[in-house]
Amino acid sequence: MTDIVTDKAGLLLQDVVIRHGERVLVALTQHVAPGEVLTVMGPSGAGKSTLLGFIGGFLDPVFDAEGRVIVDGDDITDAAPETRHAGLLFQDPLLFPHMSVAGNLMFALPADIRGHMPRMALVNEALRGVDLEGLGERDPETLSGGQKARVALARVLLSRPRMLLLDEPFSKLDQALRGQMRELVFAKARESRLPVLLVTHDPADAQAAGGTTITLEP
Amino acid sequence: MFRLTFLGPALTVLLLAGPVGFGLAGTVLPAFGISPGFGGGSFGLHYFRELFAQPALFCSMTLSLTSGLASAVLSLLIVMLFTAAFAGTATFRRMQHLLGPLLSLPHAAAALAIAFLIAPSGMIMRLISPELTGWERPPDLLIVHDPLALSMIGALVAKEVPFLLLMTLAALPQAPVERVCQLTGALGYGRVAGFIHGAWPGIYRQIRLPVFAVIAFASSNVEVALILGPTQPQTLAARLVTWMSDPDLSQRYLASAGALLQLGVTGLAFAIWLGLERLCAALRNKAACGGLRMRRDRAVQVVSLTAMILAAGAIFAGLAALAVWSFAGLWQFPDFLPGSFTLRNWMKALPRVVEPLGTTLTIGVASAFIAAILSVLCFVHEDRTGKRAGRGGQALIYLPLIVPQVTFIFGLQFLLVASGWLATLPALLFAHLVFVMPYAYLCLKDPWRSFDRRYEQVAAGLGKSPMTTLFRIRLPMMLRPLLVLFAIGFSVSVGLYLPTVLIGAGRLTTITSEAVALASGGNRRIIGVYAFFQMLLPVAGFAIATLVPALIFRRFRGMQV
Amino acid sequence: MALALVLNQRRNDPEVYVLKRLTIALSLSIAGSFAHAHSPDLANWESVEAEARGQTVYFNAWGGAENINAYLEWVGEELRDCCDIKLVHVKLDDTANAVAKVVAERAAGRDEGGSVDLIWINGENFASMKERGLLLEKGWAEKLPNWGYVDVENKPTVLNDFTTPVEGQAAPWGMAKLVFFHDSARLQEDALPSSAEELLEWAQANPGRFSYPSPPDFIGSSFLKQVLIETVGDAAVLQQPADEADFETESAPLFDYLDRLHKVAWREGRAFPQNYPAMKQLLADGELEIIFAFNPSEASNAIANFELPDTVRSFTFEEGTLGNTHFVAIPYNASAKAGALVTANFLMSPEAQLRKQDPEVWGDPTVLGMDKLPEPLQAGFAALDLGIATLAPEELGPVLEEPHPSWMERVEEAWKRRYTVGN
Repeated sequence: MTDIVTDKAGLLLQDVVIRHGERVLVALTQHVAPGEVLTVMGPSGAGKSTLLGFIGGFLDPVFDAEGRVIVDGDDITDAAPETRHAGLLFQDPLLFPHMSVAGNLMFALPADIRGHMPRMALVNEALRGVDLEGLGERDPETLSGGQKARVALARVLLSRPRMLLLDEPFSKLDQALRGQMRELVFAKARESRLPVLLVTHDPADAQAAGGTTITLEP
Repeated sequence: MFRLTFLGPALTVLLLAGPVGFGLAGTVLPAFGISPGFGGGSFGLHYFRELFAQPALFCSMTLSLTSGLASAVLSLLIVMLFTAAFAGTATFRRMQHLLGPLLSLPHAAAALAIAFLIAPSGMIMRLISPELTGWERPPDLLIVHDPLALSMIGALVAKEVPFLLLMTLAALPQAPVERVCQLTGALGYGRVAGFIHGAWPGIYRQIRLPVFAVIAFASSNVEVALILGPTQPQTLAARLVTWMSDPDLSQRYLASAGALLQLGVTGLAFAIWLGLERLCAALRNKAACGGLRMRRDRAVQVVSLTAMILAAGAIFAGLAALAVWSFAGLWQFPDFLPGSFTLRNWMKALPRVVEPLGTTLTIGVASAFIAAILSVLCFVHEDRTGKRAGRGGQALIYLPLIVPQVTFIFGLQFLLVASGWLATLPALLFAHLVFVMPYAYLCLKDPWRSFDRRYEQVAAGLGKSPMTTLFRIRLPMMLRPLLVLFAIGFSVSVGLYLPTVLIGAGRLTTITSEAVALASGGNRRIIGVYAFFQMLLPVAGFAIATLVPALIFRRFRGMQV
Repeated sequence: MALALVLNQRRNDPEVYVLKRLTIALSLSIAGSFAHAHSPDLANWESVEAEARGQTVYFNAWGGAENINAYLEWVGEELRDCCDIKLVHVKLDDTANAVAKVVAERAAGRDEGGSVDLIWINGENFASMKERGLLLEKGWAEKLPNWGYVDVENKPTVLNDFTTPVEGQAAPWGMAKLVFFHDSARLQEDALPSSAEELLEWAQANPGRFSYPSPPDFIGSSFLKQVLIETVGDAAVLQQPADEADFETESAPLFDYLDRLHKVAWREGRAFPQNYPAMKQLLADGELEIIFAFNPSEASNAIANFELPDTVRSFTFEEGTLGNTHFVAIPYNASAKAGALVTANFLMSPEAQLRKQDPEVWGDPTVLGMDKLPEPLQAGFAALDLGIATLAPEELGPVLEEPHPSWMERVEEAWKRRYTVGN
């Protein structure tokens, strides 16, 4: 057991072991500092997404998991998913189709920010931050792939997460956009001082992330 | 608060198993002379003796048994051949749309429609007389109420075919239809034969429970038997209802014994069906081993398509005739159209339609709503605990559909009389809920489970509680399936006859119970008015289910179908 | 908390069951104690009307005919406007069901607050209820204000219902006479039968064109009664209760007749029309050529409603056909006795009787005597157009007396035994 001070800022995965029956999929102990990226790589089925599930609080019951997840000193291993503030970005932007872009973003705002005007102001600011100013009233389906991804990013950032969990978020974007999105995401993460866990099978992602890379053996 | 989701499955199980269990108890006990809360019974088997002393009882039993099996065999055959011939083609899709509205039509309305079509003075005869037949008077043919129950079987088949087709449709995606067709085609099998050998066994396994529900309904149904079935003697279930509606207490013991007998008859039908399954499987194996290829199966394809169109067409044509009758002045045989049109029938009927219509709407909306809530609770609970309803759960859902209605509702009625809750709105609502629930659950199952749960994970990641996620993300996104569930639940409630008659006990009437009561009077104009409402209500429900989401989400392309 | 408690108890917990029953019984008795547990004082009609205000009267009456249902709707509206009474028409298939309800309530000891307030009744059912003491006290009908208009002199069946003396335990509502109908466009006058025997001959010459509703339908039973009276050796024997030995012999000609009739009947006797409205439709379609009903104005009413062509005419038998009065009766345990009394009185009122006799509405003949009515009302009745298909009262022919009710019980039972085994 590596001895790591538990009240350090950032994301700490301590003695995390995830099993499927007898097979061990993931076994690691890692610390991700605020603004830094931990890249987890490996072929399909190796268990990358299960790690995200474990941290986010939606691990499929067929898996057994041990270990602790500590964020900014708080042990969230047994906390309910909605209290973990683990912002998720998936391959698909998963914008809520029954809300406008602004609606999606407003939904993400914590409830303790009251008043329509202040909330709208924050939403517009977030849209500016990802170069999508003025697109608030649009139907999410009418946006391009890149725009949708940026809205998803803005949405997750608005919810004041404590970390970011990225499940191959760039793999559906075409090459040209990929680089831009990577830049944007990592820049925002650094800006907000969020530890990031990136799951991917694309080595270019790992390179751009610049942090520690772990490869899971199948 | 979310911990209360366990109420979903708990209440559902209670709702499905409770009334059936209680109802059966309420039927079994009096049949042997034991009755809580009533005098006049004496323990023993003499009620059964009285039962078998009734005139032509075996005839009634045989009618119920054979009509039940015959309609099931025919419907399944038509559906099987049609699916085999046309699965995946445009014709199939078109037929789906055609049969959709038929599903929501009450059995009683379908029976009335067919009665108006095939009767000696009905539309078909008017069409061909006097030009083709030279008849100035309707022929003296026993078509409606024919002693072999053929018209009754016809009406049952016309209603069961859409139902079985829908169930088959639900099972198709899991069957490797394309691959099988290519494979068997390559081996030289005709399309139909290939499908039957390769894909059908898998599909049949999935639709087995619905088939048993069909057999149960066909062998124990009351409304179609009253409208089209034989009268000298009637089928067993129709006779039972006469005994059950008799407030003379001593008849109740006889009726209980009869209800148990009906259970036996349906059970026998199930047993025979199981035997038939084995037989057909053996035959199919033999055919497969013998390499029966049936390459030239055009005839089969044409026949199955014709049967489908006939089944649907008959009902639509009959409904159109009913609609015309409601506006008809004097309309004598052999005129194809009425001599005059009038609104009198509507003006006279409308004041009296108000009350049953009100009851129908109240009960329909309430039962669909409650069933929706319970179903959602069940599935939310399933998501939370990760435990799915197993095979036992599946069978439980079908329980109210497999036990003959006439058997357990009678027991329920017995208990309600004892407790004084008979003919009250809550009791009727409860009785309807028992039957609406299975359809609601089945309707929601696939859409719910195919929802992309990552949306919920995203919402949780954004810090939203499960309640918020449920009400602001999941349910709105599932608005269309929820409204369809509502429409289906509502249609089921509108079409229920026996629960209304037995539990409403004449004090509470619905459009369907009134329509069947009027059927014996032969007053086609008034029947036309009521049948119109029977058509209108389910259609209105589906219209709402289609229009409301389209309206609410008109801005959002992602929410369009 | 309470919810959990209920959910934790097993469903078939006997204590819950008993508790529920006790609660209901308790609440019913509390409610019942506010209901009037006594018979209204008929000597003081105003007090009866006052008591009736706000009551709901459950009128159990046959609901198989739309015109009658519509008439009762009108009655309900009038009662609501004049006397603040809510009339609920409980539609019955068979009056015996209402009788059975009262019998069951008596057996259960429910002597107050019964579920039936008023029954449309006559014949066997009236005799049965009177015999078993299930009716309200004697003489109430004769104490109603409108009794004075009833034609007791010329309409003796108002006082005797199927040989049972009414003794004021039922209020007369309308007259009935068995009348036959035919479509003169299809069947000519001269070919009409004028007795049961001639009817059989006609049916043999025209197979498949005659039938009757199967018992226990009232009209069907009445047809059987008519044939019984005509075929029995000595009609006087029918005024006495049926005796077992006599029944077999006396009814033998009837069933012989029926056996022969069924061979040439509509659908060869394998199916029967369910009731009169069904027969009416069959006449319109031309499937039947001769039908019958108990209301002489029935055909005119049907013509007015576009149900029958205007070529339909009535006829009767030379030797006479059945005739009687139909009544409304009040069970001894009715909840709304005052309301029922006011309703019965209204049904006998000249206004209600006039509207009832109008063939455009119902066409049922009145029980009132014209000479007892004030001038303007007499004129109202005289001005009524009874309809082209209705025979004038003089043309209706002799009235055959109804047999003792016990005969019909036996006949219906024997009919079911002989003819239910159709196939």
